[in-house]
Amino acid sequence: MSLWNWITETQVWRSIFRHKYPDNPRDQSLAVLSNVFLHLHPIKVKKSGVRMSFTWCMGGITFFLFLVETITGILLMFYYRPTVEWAFNDIKALRELAPLGIMRELHRWGAHLMVITVWLHMLRVFLTGSYKPPREFNWNVGVILLVLTLLLSFTGYLLPWDQLAVWAITVGTNMARATPFLGHEGPGASLLALGDVQIVTAGSDVRFALLSGTLVGPAALLRFYVLHCIAIPLAAGLLMAIHFWRVRKDGGISGPL
Amino acid sequence: MQYFEYVKYIIDGYILGPVTFFFLSVVGLAFMFVFRSWWTKGSVALTVLIGSTIFTFLSMSDPDFAAIVKKPDNIPIIIMLGSIGFCLWIAFRKMVINDQLIEKGLPTLEEQEVRKRVFCWPDLVYAEFLMLLLVTIFLLWWAIVIKAPLEEPAAASKTPNPSKAPWYFLGLQEMLVYYDPWLAGVIFPGMIVNGLMALPYFDLNPKGNGYYTFKERPFAIVTFLFGFIILWVLLILLGTFLRGPNWSFFGMYEYWDVHKLEALTNVNLSELFWNHLLEKPLPTNILLREAPGFILVIGYMAALPPLLANTIFRKIYVQIGFWRFNIMINLFLMMAALPIKMLLRWVFNLKYIVGIPEWFFNI
Repeated sequence: MSLWNWITETQVWRSIFRHKYPDNPRDQSLAVLSNVFLHLHPIKVKKSGVRMSFTWCMGGITFFLFLVETITGILLMFYYRPTVEWAFNDIKALRELAPLGIMRELHRWGAHLMVITVWLHMLRVFLTGSYKPPREFNWNVGVILLVLTLLLSFTGYLLPWDQLAVWAITVGTNMARATPFLGHEGPGASLLALGDVQIVTAGSDVRFALLSGTLVGPAALLRFYVLHCIAIPLAAGLLMAIHFWRVRKDGGISGPL
Repeated sequence: MQYFEYVKYIIDGYILGPVTFFFLSVVGLAFMFVFRSWWTKGSVALTVLIGSTIFTFLSMSDPDFAAIVKKPDNIPIIIMLGSIGFCLWIAFRKMVINDQLIEKGLPTLEEQEVRKRVFCWPDLVYAEFLMLLLVTIFLLWWAIVIKAPLEEPAAASKTPNPSKAPWYFLGLQEMLVYYDPWLAGVIFPGMIVNGLMALPYFDLNPKGNGYYTFKERPFAIVTFLFGFIILWVLLILLGTFLRGPNWSFFGMYEYWDVHKLEALTNVNLSELFWNHLLEKPLPTNILLREAPGFILVIGYMAALPPLLANTIFRKIYVQIGFWRFNIMINLFLMMAALPIKMLLRWVFNLKYIVGIPEWFFNI
């Protein structure tokens, strides 16, 4: 009896995997059905749907990178304090003191890569007409997920609290002060007044809400940290569940039902 | 190598500028559509790949070019360009093959396999696992070779010049050259998201669902790729590599000199109309002063749609009906507003069509 056979005969192994090695249709079905992660898939899919030249695998890579970001992000949270006093020093210490420290690199390059793969995923879905009925709703979920990916990357950009971070976020959030009606330098904002009192000012407009201040300061750092680590990932996780579930309910990744 | 110095000289001195960059991009995209059956051939694509790789390597010998490209946060842009080019090549190749099959009345590559179903184990899960490994290896290699950037600690009083947003928003920042922040930073990005979300509800063309094709949906593909490739990806490229201090334009191999000055002699439409055309002073009434601009903008957004519905977009109008057509055409005109304003700027030095800085209302 080979070692493999011995292992797969043990009670421990059989308590985890309730089927034989999947080399026949029955066990191939069971392998997918009886695994909580794999049962996201149907038992069988269209041949064209597994072709790499058709899908470019970009949706799958995006999801995988989200998982990479989650794991490396959690590890980074052990070392990082989102305060003006500590943020920069913690990142610097991470670089200089943590042995074999490439967590921050993995996190940052993974994030950039995720932005690219999510765009390519959208491009593939568009070029194969996969947004057409019955997948209009799922395309919409996907568009929101794409925006959330950009927001995740944007909020994370501030956290190292170096010149690069602060000024990129300053440039980005400066746009918000020009929001029509809601930004204090936006058209129509001056119309919103009670008598002589302006309702929309630098201290009450949409940019203030975003930064919790009139400039990128301590409150903005904390706010972006919470958005980056908790709020947006939760929203993205929820939408991803819907996104993947709808792929199956809508009859696979593309093509008419 | 010294021949390449001439190439650099010609590129920077005679070819590159905001105007030529945009026109060459548009011509390139048009070339991609028209000659798609030629450039998707393996030999041509390989030549382009080798050529552009050699060109990039030669360019890296230039210290000013290398300084910008080697910035850690700019490396993703190079990866993006390569991967988008590769993916477009695959897509266009399949489009060409499928269009030929459709012409002969045969099923497309994807339709040939639509009845054929395979087990997820192993066909799908193995492919996924393999991709997962490849991405992990690539990411580890990238993380080991290139350190994540960490500049000096934040200082609110030291504004870097140029100050740039993260790279994926640099297309939007480049738009600021032509439109004020309320449009370029708020309305247009909102319209991009809204337009993408509305897309399946006004594109009622049932063809091209689940397979690559160009001939069955040329308008959708040309419009989308114009927006994605030209107005998004290539503007990012322009904003990252060719915009230096004070957001001045710099050639690929040019030193980013803080003191480079570009003459700004832009004029508003109101000045062109009242001062130059009628040879009168500007009216003091704001609305009267900006009346020509308002007429143009309202005409563009309100009068053009019915005109287009009765002429070049008649077929689409009949197919999708009044409401869907209006939503589509408004998004379309919004998108076209960017290249139109670019042209107006380059030809007439036009600053604002409607310019009311008093109300922060400039178009």
